[in-house]
Amino acid sequence: MSPSDLGAIWLTLKLAGVTTALLLVIGTPIAWWLARTASFWKGPVGAVVALPIVLPPTVIGFYLLVAMGPHGPVGQFTQSLGLGVLPFTFAGLVVASVFYSLPFVVQPLQNAFEAIGERPLEVAATLRASPLDTFFSVVLPLARPGYLTATVLGFAHTVGEFGVVLMIGGNIPDETRVVSVQIYDHVEAMQYTQAHWLSASMVVFAFLVLLALYTLNPSGRRR
Amino acid sequence: MNGIRARFKLDYPGFSLDVDLSLPGNGVTALFGHSGSGKTTLLRCVAGLQRAAGELVVNGEVWQDATTTLPTHRRAIGYVFQEASLFPHLDVRRNLEYGLRRVPEARRRVGLEHAIGLLGIGHLLGRKPDSLSGGERQRVGIARALVVSPDILLMDEPLAALDLERKREILPYLERLHDDLEIPVLYVSHSPDEVARLADHLVVLEQGRVVASGGLGETLARLDLPIHLGEDAGVVLDGEVVEIDGNWHLARVRVGQSESHPGGPVSLWVRDSGHPVGHRARVRILARDVSLALDRHDDSSILNTLSATVVEVADDSHPALSMVRLDVGGAPLVARLTRRSVSGLELRPGKLIWAQIKAVALIG
Repeated sequence: MSPSDLGAIWLTLKLAGVTTALLLVIGTPIAWWLARTASFWKGPVGAVVALPIVLPPTVIGFYLLVAMGPHGPVGQFTQSLGLGVLPFTFAGLVVASVFYSLPFVVQPLQNAFEAIGERPLEVAATLRASPLDTFFSVVLPLARPGYLTATVLGFAHTVGEFGVVLMIGGNIPDETRVVSVQIYDHVEAMQYTQAHWLSASMVVFAFLVLLALYTLNPSGRRR
Repeated sequence: MNGIRARFKLDYPGFSLDVDLSLPGNGVTALFGHSGSGKTTLLRCVAGLQRAAGELVVNGEVWQDATTTLPTHRRAIGYVFQEASLFPHLDVRRNLEYGLRRVPEARRRVGLEHAIGLLGIGHLLGRKPDSLSGGERQRVGIARALVVSPDILLMDEPLAALDLERKREILPYLERLHDDLEIPVLYVSHSPDEVARLADHLVVLEQGRVVASGGLGETLARLDLPIHLGEDAGVVLDGEVVEIDGNWHLARVRVGQSESHPGGPVSLWVRDSGHPVGHRARVRILARDVSLALDRHDDSSILNTLSATVVEVADDSHPALSMVRLDVGGAPLVARLTRRSVSGLELRPGKLIWAQIKAVALIG
């Protein structure tokens, strides 16, 4: 593999890692709220979170590009902070990936929280645990399978993105050129051998990830 | 200021709770009623798991009034749920320690070892909840609620989810609890049997309203209650084993207070269950097991025949039946008779009569 291939792999892992970490932090309160609320807004918010599942990635990329561009609201904001604009930067890719992979983190967490039910929370309260204490001492451990699933899916889904990256990140080596884009470039340049190497690596990676998910998290052993 | 003062009002479509209770600050208070009577809701209001308008003062400490409501985790309660609801991710020891660790050391009155011994769960400490039997799980649940040293222990039908065998396994532990600790207990139950065995004080709920509240003995002897208790109507008397008859495997239990009773102190023969003389015993006599006669019959199989005074005669739920309340040397007794018998014997308040008791159950 060429240095640019290795660079793309490293960049991909970095992007997926940062995105997943951010998603777990952002996704937890959203999933908690969705799992527990009886509010009218549960439906609309849940639908917005799930949008990336059905929308073509190019559509998400397009709107993010417009919003984060120099004339978009997000772009104006980042410029006013002196940060410049996000498109065609690594930071921009992270923001886009967070949106793109959000449902793959929120939904497993939401399911895990819902499965816990009301009772363990009530028990913890009768044993003097404050709500925050309860979250860390009861909810997190009980939702562990959900967190494992969310982490793996969020990471893997970010690794696999292509359309959004192309729209928002372009093709800048070591900045926004991730593996999926690199493969595309190889094929465009008729470098099938290199494309094979990278593609086969992706297949092996995807298989290993899913294997890990299914062996570490057997649904039949939860209770 | 000992005692619990609870006033709650709650309105749901199809269900409302409206109670105003003063309860003793010691002993076991049974909240008794059929399902849907609001007994569990009342318990959850005391715990703060259910919000309702009203006020709650426990041992002089305000837990809820018009302006403030203490959240559940700030109330000094212990709560035992119907299913033990142990944390599945913690072993037995860490389940027990979960609450203990969150109680400041100065407030700990019930030691971990004491609770473990009381509930007999020492051999289970390393086990995970899913490897325990239902009875064991519930014992752990009770111990876990005890080690937070609650000012009040709330128990929501702790035996209801268990089969008869497991109930028999746990009841003795509950009785020990009652005798050993000075923590007031609110015990929700729909089983007259459990109430008779465990309670000192009885609150009867129906459709979210309190229909009776008072000491167990006097409340059970009230004639307006059989309607709620049905076949289980009867009295519970506390007494003391005073004699063992080894030949016939019988024990004599003295009940009632009055020494000036015509026949001497009132005592009853019951099956000997191995309790020594001096053991404080509780007996239960069902209304359907008491018959009345104008003369004493020593030529019958009935072992316990007591001289009694009629206190009150009232209608029962069926038009053919009457309930008669008797005084036996200061102890109350109720008898379920046909109205024809009441008329035939000319029973009215003040009349002296012989009460023949067919069955006496020693329940602890």
